[in-house]
Amino acid sequence: MTAASLSAWRGPRRSTLRLIARYAAAIVVTIVFLFPVYWLFMIAFKTPDEIFHAPPVWYPASIQFDNFAVLFKDRDAVTVGNSLFIAGCSTLVSMFLGTLCAYSLARFKTGGENLAVWIISQRMVPPIAIVFPLFLLYVWLGWVDTYYGMILLYTAFNLPYVIWMMRGYIEDVPIDLEQSALVDGCTRWQVLMRVVFPMVRTGLFATAVFTFVFAWNDFIFALVMTRSAVTTYPVQVTHYFGAQSNFWAKIAAMSMLGTLPVLIAVAALQRYLVRGISLGAVKG
Amino acid sequence: MARLRLVGLHKSYGKVHAVRGIDLEIPEGEFTVVVGPSGCGKSTLLRIIAGLEDADQGTIEIDGVRINDVRPRDRNVAMVFQSYALYPYLTVFENIAFGLRARKVKRSQIDAAVRDAAKTLGIGALLERYPRELSGGQRQRVAIGRAIVRDARLFLFDEPLSNLDAQLRDEMRSEIKRLHQRLGKTMIYVTHDQIEAMTLADRIVLLRDGVIEQQGAPLDLFERPATRFVAGFLGSPAINFIPAELAAEHGALSLRLKDGRRLDLPPARAAGLVARAGKPAILGIRPEHMALDRGGNARPGFVMQEVMIDLVQPTGSRLYGTFMLGGQEVVAELGAHDVSRPGERVNLLFDMNRAIVVDPETERVL
Repeated sequence: MTAASLSAWRGPRRSTLRLIARYAAAIVVTIVFLFPVYWLFMIAFKTPDEIFHAPPVWYPASIQFDNFAVLFKDRDAVTVGNSLFIAGCSTLVSMFLGTLCAYSLARFKTGGENLAVWIISQRMVPPIAIVFPLFLLYVWLGWVDTYYGMILLYTAFNLPYVIWMMRGYIEDVPIDLEQSALVDGCTRWQVLMRVVFPMVRTGLFATAVFTFVFAWNDFIFALVMTRSAVTTYPVQVTHYFGAQSNFWAKIAAMSMLGTLPVLIAVAALQRYLVRGISLGAVKG
Repeated sequence: MARLRLVGLHKSYGKVHAVRGIDLEIPEGEFTVVVGPSGCGKSTLLRIIAGLEDADQGTIEIDGVRINDVRPRDRNVAMVFQSYALYPYLTVFENIAFGLRARKVKRSQIDAAVRDAAKTLGIGALLERYPRELSGGQRQRVAIGRAIVRDARLFLFDEPLSNLDAQLRDEMRSEIKRLHQRLGKTMIYVTHDQIEAMTLADRIVLLRDGVIEQQGAPLDLFERPATRFVAGFLGSPAINFIPAELAAEHGALSLRLKDGRRLDLPPARAAGLVARAGKPAILGIRPEHMALDRGGNARPGFVMQEVMIDLVQPTGSRLYGTFMLGGQEVVAELGAHDVSRPGERVNLLFDMNRAIVVDPETERVL
């Protein structure tokens, strides 16, 4: 066998091995990261005996929904509904207002070049730094533990992010498309609806998911600003961690209820999300 | 169809004064080409007419009605953009139908109008495709289709062919001209390409630094340029400018070049220039107004000069020969076989009847 044919023979074999190694590494990493999620989800379907069994039970003998039933019976599951309602409404409002502001900044240069930077700087304030002054304001206004109070809070907090992101996406839309639509007979509103929104659809979805997830995940604002009427799910979960013991069945079932909506949303919008994030990254 | 009138139009962007007092009247059905180098304000002018920019000063009238404050959508003009401005998320059909839908035209009418426009432009088979699936020429046709489907009273073209390759550009140029002949609409076409301007226009408006340098029929501008700039802008290869001095001897007027050569002006040309004898002047002569001397009778107004061709550029049908004259590099357009190699000495006849004389101070043609 000549040296040339030897290297030709080795080539594909080496690349195949490298591919297998890569897949193996990817699978190991995925298992390491997904195992806690798997474990938590399994606890949700286990009986108390299975939860505390030693050695551990890797999967329940039979799928049972008692842990979920308790959450609904005690009306704890309502908190997931509260989270959905508050995060959903604040996402809709902040996306609507934010996109309009972003359009104004991108196309009419409202406030000059620096207004956009000032707006995003609002987002850089850590929540903990403003939560107590805001709490005092909310007490004075009588907005503590109300839906509109929470929706307004998340809207205010998310707006800078939405404006910043959407401004980047809108600036990427060729201005000719909008001007052509204006000459063709569109009003500004029609230009927004028929040209700008379809063009920035990817960015719109990606930004909406991030906005939603922020409101969904938030703990500090929800902890301070809610009592019992509009408690959100992250705050509710902490009620199951007791001084004497933790209610693992409830923690698991509640976490699963709370994770599913986001999981479904992200899975459904994954295509837009990946493209949207990479677009945003390039734009900076 | 529409008659357009611009009076004292001004537009600035910060410190840049893009349009400086433009007065222009375009009669109904005329194909006007606004031409000029980059940054001369031609696109700005078009955008002001479309309503995409506001004029700082001056009036825009269509059919005698002032439209300065009328929104773009209500001006009933159609515009074809340099970038085509096709909506990537819509099919060809929807792209062409876009303006009609925005104006809430009936569905049955839209369908008929779009198919009709597509047929006119030869893109009837592409209606279900998306812009990304089209070639440059097809995209250009869709963009034109979107403009003609609307039956606008004024058509604006903003350098629509500059993104196409040379062959396609020639093809589309003919199609646009044919389209104008068929529709008979008032069209304003902006370009920096003087060949497009010459071939398409009923009238050329030549802009320079935001002012109209000269306007008129293409041949008028080509043969009777008012300034050195106009003479230099139109024509390819460009006109040759040779510094000289007007000299009067024995009752005849000639241009004396720096190398001592003398080119006599024909009496008809000389009459108006006698008063300037002894003053510097610039001779302007187009490459095609020089030809190889093949002997025979001397023709009036033709002057023979012996030159050495030092660069030969054959184009196939013609040949560009470069030589030095009066300390200046000069290009002559000759027959394909007139010169065989660089370094050859030839006798060239200069057609002084068609040469121009420019005042070096004012740069105006004398």
